[in-house]
Amino acid sequence: MDTTNQVLDQVIIKFAGDSGDGMQLTGTQFTNTAALFGNDLSTFPDFPAEIRAPLGTIPGVSGYQLHFGSVNIFSPGDACDVLVAMNAAALKANLRHVRKGGTVIANSDGFDPKNLRLANYPDGANPLHDGTLDSFTVITLDVTKMTRAALTESGLGIKEIDRAKNMFVLGFLYWMYNREMEFTLKFLQEKFSKKPDILDANLKVLRAGYNFGDTSETFTTRYTVNPAPMPPGIYRNIMGNQATALGLIAASQKCGLDMFFGTYPITPASDILHELAKYKNFGIRTYQAEDEIAAICSVIGASFGGKLAVTASSGPGIALKAEAMGLALMLELPLVIINVQRGGPSTGLPTKTEQSDLFQALYGRNGEAPIPVIASKSPADCFETVYEACRIALEFMTPVIFLSDGFLANGSEPWRFPKADQLKPIVTEFTKEKNDGDKFLPYKRDAKLSRPWAIPGTKGLEHRIGGLEKQHETGNISYDPENHEFMVKMRAAKVQKIADHIPLQAFDSGAEKGKLLIVGWGSTYGAIKGAANDARIKGYEVSHIQIRHLLPFPKNLGEILYNFDQILVPEMNTGQLVSLLRDQFMVPAIGLNKIKGMPFSTFEILDKIEELLKK
Amino acid sequence: MELNTQSPEAPKMLSKDLVTDQEVRWCPGCGDYSILKQVQTVIPELGIARENIVFISGIGCSSRFPYYMETYGMHSIHGRATAVASGLKAIRPELSVWIVTGDGDAMSIGGNHFIHLLRRNFNVNILLFNNEIYGLTKGQYSPTSEEGKVTKSTPMGSIDHPFNPFALAMGAEGTFIARSMDRDPVHLKEMLRRSNAHNGTSFLEIYQNCNVFNDGAFEIFTEKSSKKEEAMFVEHGKPLIYGQNQDKGIKLEGFKPVIVDLTANGNSANDLWIHDETDRAKAGILSRFFDRHEAGIEHFPRPFGAFYVEQRPCYEEMLNAQVEEAISKKGAGDLDKLLQGREIWEIH
Repeated sequence: MDTTNQVLDQVIIKFAGDSGDGMQLTGTQFTNTAALFGNDLSTFPDFPAEIRAPLGTIPGVSGYQLHFGSVNIFSPGDACDVLVAMNAAALKANLRHVRKGGTVIANSDGFDPKNLRLANYPDGANPLHDGTLDSFTVITLDVTKMTRAALTESGLGIKEIDRAKNMFVLGFLYWMYNREMEFTLKFLQEKFSKKPDILDANLKVLRAGYNFGDTSETFTTRYTVNPAPMPPGIYRNIMGNQATALGLIAASQKCGLDMFFGTYPITPASDILHELAKYKNFGIRTYQAEDEIAAICSVIGASFGGKLAVTASSGPGIALKAEAMGLALMLELPLVIINVQRGGPSTGLPTKTEQSDLFQALYGRNGEAPIPVIASKSPADCFETVYEACRIALEFMTPVIFLSDGFLANGSEPWRFPKADQLKPIVTEFTKEKNDGDKFLPYKRDAKLSRPWAIPGTKGLEHRIGGLEKQHETGNISYDPENHEFMVKMRAAKVQKIADHIPLQAFDSGAEKGKLLIVGWGSTYGAIKGAANDARIKGYEVSHIQIRHLLPFPKNLGEILYNFDQILVPEMNTGQLVSLLRDQFMVPAIGLNKIKGMPFSTFEILDKIEELLKK
Repeated sequence: MELNTQSPEAPKMLSKDLVTDQEVRWCPGCGDYSILKQVQTVIPELGIARENIVFISGIGCSSRFPYYMETYGMHSIHGRATAVASGLKAIRPELSVWIVTGDGDAMSIGGNHFIHLLRRNFNVNILLFNNEIYGLTKGQYSPTSEEGKVTKSTPMGSIDHPFNPFALAMGAEGTFIARSMDRDPVHLKEMLRRSNAHNGTSFLEIYQNCNVFNDGAFEIFTEKSSKKEEAMFVEHGKPLIYGQNQDKGIKLEGFKPVIVDLTANGNSANDLWIHDETDRAKAGILSRFFDRHEAGIEHFPRPFGAFYVEQRPCYEEMLNAQVEEAISKKGAGDLDKLLQGREIWEIH
């Protein structure tokens, strides 16, 4: 039978099922295939905090959203065009995110009475048949039955057979979107190289899904999404935590110091540890400490010993590290502290994203304790941003906080990766000589106000440092009131001085003067970019800046802000950056705040732009 | 370990070379003075260049120690010296790292890091100054204070059951566990030498008198009149003997220690418990010699010396061996290859 081919410029698919259904894997496979094909894309996994919540229930639903296109893609997208629902709970949890007229691909076996009951549908109600889905195109597949049929002769048990279900769906989608299966075939061959029967089963089911689309007469339309016009170059796909790990390794290689990474497992930061632990041949020592405090303290010890020292955590862990961060600041030792933010307060929403730790980064310590803060705006940007964090730490002898978040950490996008020799050099040197006649003064500062790094083992520079207030230059304990005030101001001045050595704030889009400036930081980037883009198409004058350096701010930030009639600051918190801007620049900035553990959608920001500019 | 020695032509280090220009600010009469002096006496004997020595402390009276040692040093935060030292030793195994801590610092706020350091067995030395009181905060009971202790925070007497630091260290799989006291310089120096010589985490508990807030806490072990009856100095391969005239001994009946009067008929030193510092089971029994003269309980002398010594690989050796193994198997890392990853595509 003939099928028609429809060309689309972008598609948003959400894969949803039980956390054991393999939806993350299915999503990643489809994503990598799209990336290799040349689509621009952005992804957003959304999984439950529980590793295995009760089967079939809404808390157990795991999702993976992919936005891919032949146009530039800025965010994982708002309303889905296609929802793959492996069971009733997956449908119930995600249907509101599907656009009217969108497609629902439902695994009918996941809508049996038991699954319907677990998903809390009323007795006798089945959304596949009761009109709930009237405004959607529904494709019902009995995935379980067809998977079992494909594997009747495999000799595998039912449990193992059912585990291959996700491959049927993937195969079907590959057919629907005209995709080659090469990438997944290769992936399966590697993954199951030691389990030939499982490999065989997965390949069979994947092909069965594809062939089902091809031979079944039900489906008449296939879709093509052409490659996107991206800047020329070589690309790979990358997730935020992976990019963070690579950025750290790159910094270690470029500064010539081995890295010591001390950490304690915490969601959503742990993948940075997993990634780094693989690369010991880069001279990386990973250390899984007994707790968050030990993690940062071990890193302080490693920094004292002369290594690139890094710790990573999320909000609750950062709270535990606060005292030691203050110590690092007093010691003026280079240290990178990574916070992959998640929903808070307290344990909060471990697997959900939020930007609510900006104030914690800026103010979350006792005493006057300024630590430079830097935030990345997209998964791939984690690489460059954490690299910059290392550069600042080493060149200015200071701890630096790098802010990522759950959305960036687990999201992915194509990355035009740099060559090692294109990376900015990181200049760091140990002090070998006395710096004051026949004396060594550990707190004698250079033009950048940073102090010498004299590591143990250096003859003649023996010295003691500690958390007690220290005398200017000598570093000796001092309780002198004048000295304390001087040192507090000195430490703040040192951090401010970094502004001389970072780029000026650039515009992401729009004119340098005008009616409305949207100011973002961190992972809101894609949604703001998309919204600003759409607003301009609708005829609104909108400009957009995304701030990477949050302490110190780029020197021209005030000047930029003063050039606009209105300033809008979308944040996934109750308004932290907006308060800072009001406080430091006295501008009447307006907040747009979302605290749902979910990233902004483009239209949420677009609505606000229209509201502000229509007045 | 090549950095760990002084070059032969270097002038010999003297005790005074380890004295800093900082005024020592412990209370007059504090036991810390004696410990500082013994450390400054022993270190020059060890053949370690001054620049390769690091003293790391937490918070408390004892933790001022690094300021008085002309070596590298860090006065860190409360309870965390053990964690800081772990990170330093992990990446600089050639350094001689000493941790100075107290009973509050190591057993209370830093208890977690203390036990984890012991199990990991980094090759560092812990000097725990135990004065059974919080001195720097002016006299609250500590996790090693005895039950019933009346302090500012326990006017009706402490109801906290104290830690037995040896039992704790045994439970945490420590590989060198020893005790000494501020008022026995000869023994203290010997224990410092042994701590340094041990390849692994050396835990040396030092009874230290706080003459302001807990004066005389260890008097029965340190004063001439009672020391011989109350303190028992153990040495590897020698019988457990103590007493005014070395007239008492400890014998094991199964797992039960029994005090023996060596002057009585039929008792001989040959039947006594011979101290074997490598015997974990016996060290466990010895660690229970921790009673405080209570009616109805048989009273044992408090043991001093090296209780338990075990050889086990150090964390930093294994950590660095893994790095070397990874390099020899995969070759030194190639950054360009890493950045490229496994799957790439080109846009023209």
